[in-house]
Amino acid sequence: MNLKAVSKPIRKKDAMALITGQPVFMDDMIPGNCLIVKVLRSPHANAIIEDIDIDKALKAPGIEAIYTWKDVPDKRFTMAGQTYPEPSPYDRLILDRHVRYVGDPVAIVAGDTEKAVERALKMIQVRYTVLEPLLDFRTAKDHTILVHPEENWQSLCPVGADNKRNLCASQVSGHGDVEQVLSQCDVVVDQTYHTKACQQAMMETFRTYCSIDQYGRLNILSSTQIVFHVRRIISNALGIPKSRIRVAKPRIGGGFGAKQTVVAEIFPAFVTWKTGKPSKMIFTREESQTASSPRHEMEIHVRVGAMKDGRIRAVDLYTLSNTGAYGEHGPTTVGLSGHKSIPLYGLVEAHRFAYDVVYSNVMSAGAYRGYGATQGIFALESAVNELAAKLSIDPVKLRMMNMVREGQAMPAYYGETATSCALNRCMDRARKMIGWDEKYPCRDLGNGKVRSVGVAMAMQGSGISGVDVGSATIKMNEEGYYTLSIGAADMGTGCDTILAQMAAECMECSVDNIAVLGADTDSSPYDSGSYASSTTYVTGKAVEKACRKLKDQIVAIGAELLNAAPEEVQFEGGGVRRLSDGKLASLQEIGTKSMCGNNQPLTVTESNSSPASPPPFMAGMVEIELDKETGHVEIVDYAAVVDCGTVVNPNLARVQTEGGLAQGIGMALYENVQYNERGRLYENSLMQYKIPTRLDVGKLRVEFESSYEPTGPFGAKSIGEIVINTPAPALAHAIYNATGKWFRELPITPEKIVMGDKDGKILS
Amino acid sequence: MLTIENYVKAGSLEEAYERNQKKANRIIGGMLWLKMSRMRVQTAIDLSGLGLTSIEEDDREFSMGAMVTLRQLETHAGLLDYTEGSMKESLRRIVGVQFRNLATLGGSIFGRFGFSDVLTEFLALGAEVELYKAGRMTLEEFSKMPADRDILVRVILPKKAEKSVYMSLRNTSTDFPVLTCGVSKTSDGTVRAAIGARPGRAVVVGDTEGILKNGITEETAKAFGEYVSGQIVTGSNMRAGAEYRKRLVEVLTRRCILKIGGEQ
Amino acid sequence: MKIAVTVNGKRIEEDVACDLLLVDFLRAHGCYSVKQGCETSGCGLCTVILNGDPVLSCSILAVRADGCKVETLEGLKEEAAQFGAFIADQGAEQCGFCNPGLMMNAIALFREYPDPDEETIREYLAGNLCRCSGYEGQLRGIQAFLQWKKEGQP
Repeated sequence: MNLKAVSKPIRKKDAMALITGQPVFMDDMIPGNCLIVKVLRSPHANAIIEDIDIDKALKAPGIEAIYTWKDVPDKRFTMAGQTYPEPSPYDRLILDRHVRYVGDPVAIVAGDTEKAVERALKMIQVRYTVLEPLLDFRTAKDHTILVHPEENWQSLCPVGADNKRNLCASQVSGHGDVEQVLSQCDVVVDQTYHTKACQQAMMETFRTYCSIDQYGRLNILSSTQIVFHVRRIISNALGIPKSRIRVAKPRIGGGFGAKQTVVAEIFPAFVTWKTGKPSKMIFTREESQTASSPRHEMEIHVRVGAMKDGRIRAVDLYTLSNTGAYGEHGPTTVGLSGHKSIPLYGLVEAHRFAYDVVYSNVMSAGAYRGYGATQGIFALESAVNELAAKLSIDPVKLRMMNMVREGQAMPAYYGETATSCALNRCMDRARKMIGWDEKYPCRDLGNGKVRSVGVAMAMQGSGISGVDVGSATIKMNEEGYYTLSIGAADMGTGCDTILAQMAAECMECSVDNIAVLGADTDSSPYDSGSYASSTTYVTGKAVEKACRKLKDQIVAIGAELLNAAPEEVQFEGGGVRRLSDGKLASLQEIGTKSMCGNNQPLTVTESNSSPASPPPFMAGMVEIELDKETGHVEIVDYAAVVDCGTVVNPNLARVQTEGGLAQGIGMALYENVQYNERGRLYENSLMQYKIPTRLDVGKLRVEFESSYEPTGPFGAKSIGEIVINTPAPALAHAIYNATGKWFRELPITPEKIVMGDKDGKILS
Repeated sequence: MLTIENYVKAGSLEEAYERNQKKANRIIGGMLWLKMSRMRVQTAIDLSGLGLTSIEEDDREFSMGAMVTLRQLETHAGLLDYTEGSMKESLRRIVGVQFRNLATLGGSIFGRFGFSDVLTEFLALGAEVELYKAGRMTLEEFSKMPADRDILVRVILPKKAEKSVYMSLRNTSTDFPVLTCGVSKTSDGTVRAAIGARPGRAVVVGDTEGILKNGITEETAKAFGEYVSGQIVTGSNMRAGAEYRKRLVEVLTRRCILKIGGEQ
Repeated sequence: MKIAVTVNGKRIEEDVACDLLLVDFLRAHGCYSVKQGCETSGCGLCTVILNGDPVLSCSILAVRADGCKVETLEGLKEEAAQFGAFIADQGAEQCGFCNPGLMMNAIALFREYPDPDEETIREYLAGNLCRCSGYEGQLRGIQAFLQWKKEGQP
């Protein structure tokens, strides 16, 4: 295919505005005199509010309003940004009398200045009956302490939820007789892996501005990935019609899934709806760390069975997922821990995948890049590395022998077929990049330091099959330039540009000729939002479809101008040409004609949903230098090779990959989550929760091995999420190759490397 | 959220001292830690108008005003030369350049923070401090005193060390240290090791047993590391446990000693 | 308290609260490029150049900037556009929220070390966190810019 815009390393359309610091983020573009909204948060992990005295605080200077549980609707909802009916349970109130984690909102305070609101927060008197918290998620199922004992708790979908058992979801699936096949295997690895509730830690914290417009409607400007879901959730929470709500997004300072949950929006929305006054809420970093929507902590029990020759025949995987105090994304993230790990192995004759998702009295979890696949892949890829060690087979060879190949059916992946897969080429290329054959497993440097390598592979999806909807409206304007309206959310990922590249390819014009309008529930066509690695694949196809129809419309007017039948002319980038004599009706002429005595619209909206979710694949290999005496790990080199189908924009795909690797490295080595015995989180700031700096990530090298996905726009699949999945298992493997010790809990800190997996820390 | 009612740029040390006797008032250094507190300060007292912002060097010593920034220390050619880079090594991992352009020597030393790289390095180098009321004393003595309302005016570094080495272990490159270790050796062969981030305040251990008196070898360095580790009380916090820290004391001390001995 | 600060060459005299932070003062005067990412003096998003040195504007009182010169990206438009284009050519700006702080500190780096090696770049910019890019694209952009300058481009 001879592509002109797609597969080119084009600058992001908003790049220079972002780089030169233009006021394009929420807090840069709103009036300065709006109400400041903050919430009082529970100091207890499990408590009932007996009494709450706001009188004194309400009289404090500069205070506009204070709301408690008595003021909000007694109707439960979920904050999860998912398509209705949401699999996440309706287990929230805006403010609840029963607080369920340290940080749960107790009161909403709105006032003129931050100082005034801060002062008022301290003046609110709350009397609690403190209950024993349920902090160990391993004991949560059927525990006597119930996180959600309330009668109006509700689960809309058949996900196996039962609030009277602390269950947010529970299910078993599989194919073949896993026990029988395991019993026939020569070797079975049987291990348990543990990953923690890592924070997305996007640089811009959660934030929302609300106002009432000239039509009396609630306008919400929010840093969100999901404007349409926000509209529904606010409607559910406030009990007001959706027709009274408009949601738009400015530029977003990072999302990574965090902003796929309505974390901040409800509070200022409630204040503005009640007071009629504009208000904003900007989460502090501490709130972002302690009262938000991090990754689901998971404990994953894996059994992998293989023959002596290396043939992997059976996988049995059980995931226990901790959704925390509320169930946002609980029933769905867990599914990926099996459905997007097990299918990596194409020869598996039988598998079983079972899970429980439990409530506990810690911060509730949400969506974070990788969405369960990251946790599952850490477990399964580690188990396969352990298997290779047991079998004394090179782990790269073991994978080449067993990995899924193009055309294979994937029983654990909802029965889909791998229509495009270059995983074997990814693995082979990564092997050469890192010098695997020379470096595996390790080399002692003789000064207490060891160099070693590790490997993992990964997959993800491209949108949620049969659910996600992407839409695009494309319009031709006078002078022949186009406007492309989308409901997908560019959060730095570059989807505005990528979709414009596709439109430019279709319309045979320059990307500069496509103006993109971002998500606004009033003006954008419906889009589920930017999550689940959906935008390039799902919305991209909608762009392609819309452009095709727009060309027909342009041809109709062009043919009319040329006094020809539509089949006698042909669309080309600059206009419509009559085939018989080559005469051209230019786009300018067609644009002008469309505005005078015209009955033919030059606007098309198309929606797209895919019955499949073709997985991208990748291989990651890391070389580390490990100090055996201190346990310090230095990343020397990381080679990653990705098959995301056609690479729509090589620059953006590369940076996505590098960024995902860095986040994965953080999860593997640095980002810890520790609670004290009363359920208070230690890592409550970026001073304590250590995301990698540029001195910590080492050299990241990224290459692409493209397959062609027939159902994707221009052969493309997704890239946003898969890239976070390989570092944890690859690093754990490299550390094993350096030390001979397996680490099955993240993060793998220097202390653990020296002292073993036991936690030597005393927390009080 | 920190609140400050009044701000005064002190015109003299006496004025600053007088104002600082009131409990609700505070001397502000780089203000980096203070800013993170939820304190209500009546009057913030700024020493930055008192000319305490320079590093002076003569044959005998370095004299550094309390308002000298960490970045000044890090980039000072004389200090770089005298400490053979150990000063820079002790500072370069502290958050970032923008932070170190604000953080002051006085604030770092006066706070006597457990995590302090600065305190560890200056203890290892045998520094002295000059306090407005209490006068001059060794940093080691000062480091053991409880916080009071005196003012740290200057830090003095007598040129006694012939060699010095600094090492730390951190979970990420710019995190608080899990352990810090500074070692110096004077021309008469006296060795001092300072160990910080235990996680308690840094302490000094000398070679009172004469382990190194016959020279630095793999064996004596190892023995000294073990000795220091035995002398140091370590504890646990969210970054690491006491037992691991004990091990690190041994390893880092040994490595510093070997480096001082010219090996590695 | 009354202060006089020169922001991007323009003298501003104003009566400010003693605990007003420089970052809030600057944003109130239209310097929206100055962002905040943490409350713990560790992310670098609020970096401005104060009397020639890059500092965290979230950690310094506005009153302390009395009599000082402050530079933000708003005052360095040409430099920002010229250098920034190299970051844009890598796609390394991603969400863009941390970029102004990075740009400011990188400009400070170039002033202090006109020809820094890779280690100097990484060390100097270590206090600028970024969660999107993995830092590599920023490094490539910086190195490409330095190369371009070295080759004596206009």
